[in-house]
Amino acid sequence: MMWLTADESEALRLSLSIAARSVAFNLPAAILIAWVLTRVRFVGRTLLDALVHLPLVLPPVVVGYVLLLLFGTRGFIGSWLQHAFGIQLVFTRNGAALATAVMSFPLMVRAMRISLENVDRGLEDAARTLGARAADRFATITLPLMLPGIIAGVITAFSAALGEFGAVITFVSNIPGETRTLPLALYTALQAPGGEHAAARLAGLSLGLGLGGLLLSEWFARRVRRMLGR
Amino acid sequence: MLAVAAAKQRGAFALDVRFDLPTPGVAALFGRSGSGKSMVVNTIAGLLKPDVGRIVHDGTVLLDTRQHIDVPPERRRMGYVFQDARLFPHLSVAANLRYAERRAAGSTYVSLDTVTGLLDLGSLMDRRTHQLSGGERQRVAIGRALLTQPRVLLLDEPLAALDGARREEVLPYLETLRDQLAIPMVYVTHDFDEVLRLATHIVLLESGAVVAQGDVAKMSLDPHLRSLIGPDQVGAIIDGVVLGLDSASGLTKVRVGHGELRVEAKNLAVGTPLRVQLLARDVIVSTQIPQRLSVRNCLAGLVTGIQDDDPGSDLVTIDIGGAVIVARITKAATHELALTPQMNAWALVKSVSLRGHSFAVPAAEPLR
Repeated sequence: MMWLTADESEALRLSLSIAARSVAFNLPAAILIAWVLTRVRFVGRTLLDALVHLPLVLPPVVVGYVLLLLFGTRGFIGSWLQHAFGIQLVFTRNGAALATAVMSFPLMVRAMRISLENVDRGLEDAARTLGARAADRFATITLPLMLPGIIAGVITAFSAALGEFGAVITFVSNIPGETRTLPLALYTALQAPGGEHAAARLAGLSLGLGLGGLLLSEWFARRVRRMLGR
Repeated sequence: MLAVAAAKQRGAFALDVRFDLPTPGVAALFGRSGSGKSMVVNTIAGLLKPDVGRIVHDGTVLLDTRQHIDVPPERRRMGYVFQDARLFPHLSVAANLRYAERRAAGSTYVSLDTVTGLLDLGSLMDRRTHQLSGGERQRVAIGRALLTQPRVLLLDEPLAALDGARREEVLPYLETLRDQLAIPMVYVTHDFDEVLRLATHIVLLESGAVVAQGDVAKMSLDPHLRSLIGPDQVGAIIDGVVLGLDSASGLTKVRVGHGELRVEAKNLAVGTPLRVQLLARDVIVSTQIPQRLSVRNCLAGLVTGIQDDDPGSDLVTIDIGGAVIVARITKAATHELALTPQMNAWALVKSVSLRGHSFAVPAAEPLR
């Protein structure tokens, strides 16, 4: 990264690492929730659905504030984490990963749900008659067939995580080297007198990342479609 | 034997069926669309749970709602060939076959090699499923179902999505399975030609109920079947045996019941089972020994019944000893000939349709 300044490359690394961790954490949970919402009929399904989608409609600052209430050092979960495991989330990159995870979760679930709804249940029935039990069917039929949605979900969520601003700055503040991701660095640059040049560079970097992500996702999607014979 | 009894209410539709199928053998579930045929196979496979039911295969209880026995589909060992094949699109043909092979339970009686050979799948192995023609897809689906080492092969209109030529690409393979593997099959169809080619038994479904069942020869005379296939298709179906070549005419002699027919068929060994269909409209009845006629085939027998067919004609059944044939004649003719049961009669057959080269279940022990 010769052409980036130390601060820039730090913000980039931090953004990528936080986004990657939030996606990795969300992935299994999103698959499970998508499956439950699509396939299981139970009382309170609509409520769960609404809860999952809440971060999409709330101002990110509200999400950050709620996280602060729950996971802050005096928060219900935060104090417990602090005492039991010595884990602190506020003002840390782990906290930033949590905030981006919560914000990007609905995007991931949505993408997976759409592709799961398109999985032909008849193929699962066929697998049943071939001797495949539930877990086996899920791993060998359902999961591969919803792969396009999983990839789409991962890439959308990753991109959204890279750009998450409101929830992060509210929950973990703007600490250089710890929670100052690309958008936060950009914001900081804009606040500083004479920071236009730095801001432009950071904006260009974000643009490059976004475009690269989209191209990569398109390439992946095409490969998977070919694999599935569509 | 596969004994099936099941009842299920689904909205306004009530399914209530009970039938026993001999195994091995090919039982055709025959009826109009919407008569509940697919519901029956789904129940046998375990994909549909009846309100009340009992399914027993050769002494093994697969379902008994009263005793709360319900073996799940993944452990029922019912090979299922779906109308739309349902091959896994993310797997190659070979991987589709191995998917079934790896999960097979019970002793292996059909190996991957056997399946590949019988169904000519060798050249398709590396293909993706979307690269297959409709006929090829069904062949792979049949192979995949066989590799589960099924107790029974269930086929739900496997040829319905194929056009005539493609059907002809698959039918001979099904005949081969029936004759060489002696695997019991339940074959759902609404196409009577497929029944004629494959079935040993027919279960006739109408609005969710079994209206008639029995072997093909018996069922060919059943009034319910007649109403389903239309007057032109009515006729006796008889499983005959090739007796040899008639050197004078160059025709092949076939024994049907105690009588004998001469048909045009080439290269059939003596003893080959041959199914023939004698359409009622192609049979002429005489009460005297016919002489000096152009019709070659004449079978002597006893009149066993005269039934009303339509306002203008009767169906006359004639027992030729070991087989019964049926003729459609005008009511005027019935009256003129003064036909009554137990009367001697001669049936003159204008044409004989051959329906398949071989129908007997092999004498050798089944491979299972």
